[in-house]
Amino acid sequence: MNISCFGLSHQTASVEIRERFAIADFALPDALLRLRAIEGVEEGLIVSTCNRTEFYVAGGVSQLPPARFFEDFYSGLRLGDEPHFYGLWAERCVHHLFRVVSGLESMVVGETEIFGQVKRAYESAVREKATGRRLNKLFQKSFHVGKQVRSSTAVGRGSISVGSVAVDLAEQIFGKLEGCKIMVLGAGDTSEKMARSFKTRGARQIFVSNRSFDRAQLLAQETGGRAIHFEEWEREFADLDILVTSTSAPHAIVTVEKIAPVLRHRGDRPLFMIDVAVPRDIDPKVHRLDGVYVYDLDALQSMAERSMEARKQEIVGCDRLIAKHVVEFQNWVEKSANPMTNPGACLAPAFAKPTGAASCEAD
Amino acid sequence: MIERSRAVLLMHLDFIGSFIFAADQVWIWLAAYCFVLASAYSAYTLFAGKFMAPRLTFGLVVAGFVCQTIFLGIRGHAVGRCPITNFCELLTFLSWSMILIYLAIGSSYRLSLLGVFTTPFASLLSIWALFQPEPQAVPVKHPVNPWLEAHTSFSIVACGAFALAGLAGLMYLIQERQLKTRRPSSVFFRLPPIRTLVVANSRLLWLGFGLFSIGLGTGFMIGQDVDWLKVAWSLVVWALYGGILLARSRRSMAARWVATLSIIVFGLLLSMFWGIRFISEVPPVR
Repeated sequence: MNISCFGLSHQTASVEIRERFAIADFALPDALLRLRAIEGVEEGLIVSTCNRTEFYVAGGVSQLPPARFFEDFYSGLRLGDEPHFYGLWAERCVHHLFRVVSGLESMVVGETEIFGQVKRAYESAVREKATGRRLNKLFQKSFHVGKQVRSSTAVGRGSISVGSVAVDLAEQIFGKLEGCKIMVLGAGDTSEKMARSFKTRGARQIFVSNRSFDRAQLLAQETGGRAIHFEEWEREFADLDILVTSTSAPHAIVTVEKIAPVLRHRGDRPLFMIDVAVPRDIDPKVHRLDGVYVYDLDALQSMAERSMEARKQEIVGCDRLIAKHVVEFQNWVEKSANPMTNPGACLAPAFAKPTGAASCEAD
Repeated sequence: MIERSRAVLLMHLDFIGSFIFAADQVWIWLAAYCFVLASAYSAYTLFAGKFMAPRLTFGLVVAGFVCQTIFLGIRGHAVGRCPITNFCELLTFLSWSMILIYLAIGSSYRLSLLGVFTTPFASLLSIWALFQPEPQAVPVKHPVNPWLEAHTSFSIVACGAFALAGLAGLMYLIQERQLKTRRPSSVFFRLPPIRTLVVANSRLLWLGFGLFSIGLGTGFMIGQDVDWLKVAWSLVVWALYGGILLARSRRSMAARWVATLSIIVFGLLLSMFWGIRFISEVPPVR
């Protein structure tokens, strides 16, 4: 199987190194031409994102040292660049690509953005007629594997940022957020992100209160909410569903004494409070009240970390699934290499060819 | 030739019919089997964090419900009245009522996961029904009393609603506990939102209370020997549920307590169902 991958990624190189080797979208057609010009390269594809730059090639460059490949492509490497490169051949290359597409090699395990990035890289290469039968089959297979890994394992499940954990919890308490009344107390960066997250999930009634009314108005404008004076926030409290606090008050501003009388009129409507302030704005005793759920920064952070941990635990299962597909791909390569066992392989590839894809004859 | 074929066909249908009627318990076995399968599958998908195929669970629940309906139909035909003449039929009718209400409200309240909790309970009731000592149908000796029919059926369907209210309460308590410990597991994100459960619990309590009140009212119209022990027990249950609903509507009871009490009172109702036969002096009305 003469398919190889040469590259560098966030696992082997710092951002300063990675940015020197990154290839912008507009430069891809030229880069693909240069790649095809390297001796021995029959098919080529470049995946360049902020976390990795990888060259997938088919042809007689399999045993080329990675540094030599990079020298041929970029010309003029710096001293000390060499250790950041890696080269993978045959089934190791296939296994690596399947892991990349499935998000297992990403900085945030299980993220889905990489899938689209690889797909766009593949489409560019197809447009430039840089791919052939082997890379077409390999990448189409990788998209199938990526989808299967995400749908049959929990590698992409669970929120991994504080903001999305809070919004997920809110949805699990109230169901849809459209009818929820949300108040953001203190217009800092974290609460701003939180307010935006709530808005993207459908929240319509967002109230912003801040010591500086101008800042509150600005955030209210951005989130389509309403600004209220800081002295008036307690008046709005009675029919509130979600409270996000991030003030710089030196002591708790939401206490049991303030909340308990309000709760009596709320019936069984739950109250969700998110405290992202340090020191905390909400007295921890408030969490003990019936129907009130207070989550501070530590609690949200710990949930995000547990989700990340759960995703990492899924990697073993994902690798098992990927290994099966690597064997399948190997079998396909062996069959198509031997025309006696698969006489039509060279003329009629067993995969759907996208518009503009390089033909079998182009090999 | 045609007549002979028709005769053979009729003979076969007669044979199949007599088999079905003779072995009507087969339908409870089948229903129990469907509910056990649905429970096992739901539990597996819920706790293993796998994707659930809701259609499969729903299909099994519907299949179990159909089997129960056939059993009750056959029994109703055999006894000549509403088939609640022994404990086996009573348990089946209770389970059937619960599934009926689940099928009616499950999808409308986005509570499809209520099935995860409903199916194990339905399985338990079906298996319990199978092991009752008096499972055979006994035809009615007296003319059918419509008040008695209304009383028994309304009361048992009400119990089905109370059972579902208890299950919604149980789900609420699980969700509440996970939120309070601040370490929600994957199960938390698969169960319905806590607010939806509060609303469902409350509506099911009102539905059950309304049906139970009708059942109680029609019970006084039966006009036969009154079993005062049963009347007293029914009034206690009615008062307990009424108290919960009153406290809830006056906002003087937290949702957690409403959920807890809906489980406790249903447990009491179920245990009394079983125990009253041993302490009651009046034999069951047939």
